[in-house]
Amino acid sequence: MLLKADPTFYPSPKLAAQAPPEKLAYVAALNATGSARPDELAVVNIDAQSRTYGGIVGRVEMPHAGDELHHFGWNACSSALCPYAPHPHVERRYLIVPGLRSSRIHVLDTKPHPEKPKIVKVIEPQSVHQRTGYSRPHTVHCGPDGIYLSALGSPSGDGPGGIFALDHDNFEPLGRWEVERGPQHFGYDFAWHLGYDIVVTSEWGTPNMVENGVNPELLLAGKYGHSLHIWDLRKRRHLQALDLGSEQQMVLELRPAHDPTKAYGFVGVVTSLKDLSSSIWLWHKTTATSDGTFEIKKVIEIPAEAADPAQLPPLLQGFKAVPPLLTDINLSLDDCFLYASCWGTGEMRQYEVSDPFHPKLVGSVHIGGIVRHGPHPARPNQPLNGGPQMVELSRDGQRVFFTNSLYAAWDRQFYPEGIGGWMVKLDVAPQGGIQFDSKFFVEFGELRPHQVRLQGGDASSDFYCYP
Amino acid sequence: MNSAWPWVALALLGAYHGLNPAMGWLFALALGLQERRSSALLGALWPIALGHAATIAIAVLLLRFVQHFLPLHTLKWPVAAIIFVLGLYRLGRASHPRGSGMRVGARDLFLWSFLMASAHGAGLMLIPILISHPALGMSHAMAGAFRLGLGVILFSTLVHTAAMMVVASVLALVFFQLYDRIGLQVLRHAWLNFDLLWACALLIAAIAVAIG
Repeated sequence: MLLKADPTFYPSPKLAAQAPPEKLAYVAALNATGSARPDELAVVNIDAQSRTYGGIVGRVEMPHAGDELHHFGWNACSSALCPYAPHPHVERRYLIVPGLRSSRIHVLDTKPHPEKPKIVKVIEPQSVHQRTGYSRPHTVHCGPDGIYLSALGSPSGDGPGGIFALDHDNFEPLGRWEVERGPQHFGYDFAWHLGYDIVVTSEWGTPNMVENGVNPELLLAGKYGHSLHIWDLRKRRHLQALDLGSEQQMVLELRPAHDPTKAYGFVGVVTSLKDLSSSIWLWHKTTATSDGTFEIKKVIEIPAEAADPAQLPPLLQGFKAVPPLLTDINLSLDDCFLYASCWGTGEMRQYEVSDPFHPKLVGSVHIGGIVRHGPHPARPNQPLNGGPQMVELSRDGQRVFFTNSLYAAWDRQFYPEGIGGWMVKLDVAPQGGIQFDSKFFVEFGELRPHQVRLQGGDASSDFYCYP
Repeated sequence: MNSAWPWVALALLGAYHGLNPAMGWLFALALGLQERRSSALLGALWPIALGHAATIAIAVLLLRFVQHFLPLHTLKWPVAAIIFVLGLYRLGRASHPRGSGMRVGARDLFLWSFLMASAHGAGLMLIPILISHPALGMSHAMAGAFRLGLGVILFSTLVHTAAMMVVASVLALVFFQLYDRIGLQVLRHAWLNFDLLWACALLIAAIAVAIG
């Protein structure tokens, strides 16, 4: 317990954007070789002044193999300053690191040695199953009154997916969050509009639908998730389903406006059955009526690129095109720039979204990609595979970090040759525009990096209660 | 001078609660900022004040009720024990009411403030002051037979709550007016661990009652 508020908590996104540059990044790294080597959490030096800049300076192996580390998050963040449930004297100190496949949840202490986190608690899958009725924990967010995780499904591998909470102090699972789930069945990501007491959840598929790879039959029949759900945060009740249409398959990453007075956000859709395009949709509170309902609208479409079938994996050969496979997006703290990871085409896009209804494409870089295999400036002659995937931004919005692996079973289908793991960094020009930092190219070898979290917080770790 | 100090103490305790961001001013400010309307802020202050006052009034009424059965010199032991236990608990775990949010009406705010103040032991803390000073309106102060008058109950609730709300309102309004210039940077540097201070204060008060 601290005597003053944790210095990494900021009341508003505006103040958080003035935070000093982060020095370390934590990266979930997956062992996909099938060997008994466990997954690990890697610590990467991102301090440009340091001699070990761009190097892996720490590694923490999980106690078991086969967890599939994926997403993770902090035990506490700026939402601890929210006025109705303040607890500003807890520390942002523990990383909650779930295994997406094993349902095992690890708690890592980043103090006193941030570059050498220590596993201080392991919650076994049985405990998660018994106490919450859920399995396959995915997104982790620190909420105003607890740590929340989303889960893909039930212990049997079917639906429904949902949300559960961990106790603040001892990290024990507390039970399922929903009181009334309405038509919601699939789980994936979740996000809050704290200023409106609203929760938004998105849809991928049940564990049985995703763990053996994308199922083409289910996909072509439009059976993966294609809706968003709006919930009452206080009453824990389903309020509204926003259906994007069954041709929009896999509605994944949710990025709400950071300003709590704004009730809109962006969500990425992996693929359209019509033309394999990816898209970004804007959900927003209806202004025409006062009943508090939400609407959703497509604001960005990224087309598939024609390709020689000989260069495509079997799954895509029939389509003669490489889909963008938009698998992650991220929004800067000032709500002005949106980043879109096109994992299939190997492109990272930057959109200016200060008018969220009319995004403007202002930046793009290529690297990796199913057909392109674009190199990094640090190794201009080395073709890379995998593509831009999990993307994270510094709080000041000047640095963008991203990795290249999606999910082992799906990596195999889209990059059958295997993925050599890497992490790169972009520098952002103040008015938009992105370029590679040629000094930052982290190779993970046979490990596959996924989500990145920055020390002290990043653009998707914290929620705020003040504008 | 001698008879004024309990009232001063009650007011100072109130001011301390007013200063604590967890007791209301920050909530009222946030609601004002969310809607960018000072009326939303002002509208939130009065239910917060009533909720706090309810905690205080209940504590004082309880004291008056218990007096019927226990003489003053016996009463101080259970009071000291309760305050001590609460202090210990607050040292270990800082809790806050669950289920609140940013879309709240007057009833929610009243309940929130009442729970926040009660969990804090805001009312309990007044009891040592009241029982340590029989001068408080107890016109027939005889050993073991003192009685809190209705006037004292009302007045102590009022003094404490008014002091709290003056401080809370000034803070909320000042930050509302200056928000675009200074934001809430101050929370990062000056939000002391009031819970810890308060837990210590409870422990000290308990000891003071026991030996007093």
